[in-house]
Amino acid sequence: MYAFEFERPSTLADAVAALSDGEAQPLSGGQTLIPTLKQRLASPGKLVSLTGISELQGIRVDGGNLSIGAATPHAQVAAQDHYPVLAHLAANIGDPAVRNRGTIGGSLANNDPSACYPAAALGSGATIVTNKREIAADDYFTGMFDTALDEGEIITEVRFPVPQRAAYAKFEQPASRFALVGAFVAQYADGVRVAVTGASNEGVFRWTEAEKALLANFSADAVSGLTLDGAGMIADVHGSGDYRAHLVGVMTRRAVAAAG
Amino acid sequence: MPKVSMTVNGKPASGEVEGRTLLVEFIRENLGLTGTHVGCDTSQCGACVVHVDGRAVKSCTMLAAEADGAQVSTIEGMAAADGTLNPIQQAFQDHHGLQCGFCTPGMVMSAAALLAENPRPSEAEVRDYLEGNICRCTGYHNIVKAIMAASGQDVGQIAAE
Ligand SMILES: Cc1cc2nc3c(=O)[nH]c(=O)nc-3n(C[C@H](O)[C@H](O)[C@H](O)COP(=O)(O)OP(=O)(O)OC[C@H]3O[C@@H](n4cnc5c(N)ncnc54)[C@H](O)[C@@H]3O)c2cc1C
Ligand code: FES
Ligand code: FES
Repeated sequence: MYAFEFERPSTLADAVAALSDGEAQPLSGGQTLIPTLKQRLASPGKLVSLTGISELQGIRVDGGNLSIGAATPHAQVAAQDHYPVLAHLAANIGDPAVRNRGTIGGSLANNDPSACYPAAALGSGATIVTNKREIAADDYFTGMFDTALDEGEIITEVRFPVPQRAAYAKFEQPASRFALVGAFVAQYADGVRVAVTGASNEGVFRWTEAEKALLANFSADAVSGLTLDGAGMIADVHGSGDYRAHLVGVMTRRAVAAAG
Repeated sequence: MPKVSMTVNGKPASGEVEGRTLLVEFIRENLGLTGTHVGCDTSQCGACVVHVDGRAVKSCTMLAAEADGAQVSTIEGMAAADGTLNPIQQAFQDHHGLQCGFCTPGMVMSAAALLAENPRPSEAEVRDYLEGNICRCTGYHNIVKAIMAASGQDVGQIAAE
């Protein structure tokens, strides 16, 4: 790691001020950023820790929404029972020690193409709340490791509308424990959403064809004839683009079946 | 350089660290508590697991400055002052839960965190909880057995010694 300064503010306002310096970067659970710093793939002049800020912690239910503070660790999301599918998703991220530190805000800011939370946020039509504005999930994920966040903008909260039924089916890459492919399916009064992670070179995406088919008939059979093109899919030692395209269909059907 | 103060195994510990100093470096190099191991240094293996405010964390993937004010426990805090092993450590010995021993501190700390939240885990729950602890020697059976024995369960029926 290159050397950096470290600050641990206790209010959001102080964190925003500390981050106005262009050399500074937020640190949340560090489960992605610390390994990245060790590889010298990032060299911030200053890290601003978000873990000492009580405004960014905790889980609230308001109306039909579940609001999660950005610095809330995965283990705490796994322990809530207002949105069981989200709890289940969080409970299967990495391992217990990773879940005790890693946070939802860090995961969404990072937007790893194989991460789990992006699928939940896009599949639930969540709202990403920052220190400046509210961003709909549909406008937030702008490509692999890329988001609509501006420099120095901090995610403060993520607001999930709780669906009528939902499920997340993850085909785990056994070494990294990330999703080789994961499908998040959710049904709301006004429609069905299907979000896929791990597959596309563009990062998480909505499979709109499957959404239409499921809106007409919410069953695994309804999506069994649908196929995706392997050309735009991630191809690596773990699987070809065609293999991933095939897995998207399999995982989507499993998620629909599990949602019941 | 920031000064950090924390409680380690019940005793106050403080020192000057750089922003980039890892918790595991502070524990091993500043405090001389070398029971916590660094296996991979890439957040995969769990040899460096310690407890911070009661929760298992990989100390190679946390900055020392983030633990300022925290209660930290390491493997050195597990045995009693007179050297009597903690029941988990004793079970590792009784059930041959280690070979080279490199992964053992992390295994014991993860096991202690598991038993604190789930005092009688099933075999599947133990294996699931150890997902982030890698052992290159034992094949895991005896580790699982030791943890179940430490939780007071009859382990006669699981995996051969
Ligand atoms: C062994 C292992 C297994 C894992 N398995 C999985 C898995 O199965 N599925 C999965 O989804 N993830 C997995 N992860 C990743 C894990 O979930 C991380 O915790 C997560 O991706 C990043 O969250 P963090 O809080 O640790 O963020 P950090 O590492 O602290 O930060 C990540 C990035 O986000 C920025 N950032 C952090 N918080 C904010 C904020 N509030 N606003 C704006 N920017 C911010 C940081 O500047 C940095 O660029 C795994 C990690 C490890 C080490
Ligand atoms: S040394 Fe920390 S996880 Fe391997
Ligand atoms: S006993 Fe050697 S690595 Fe586990």
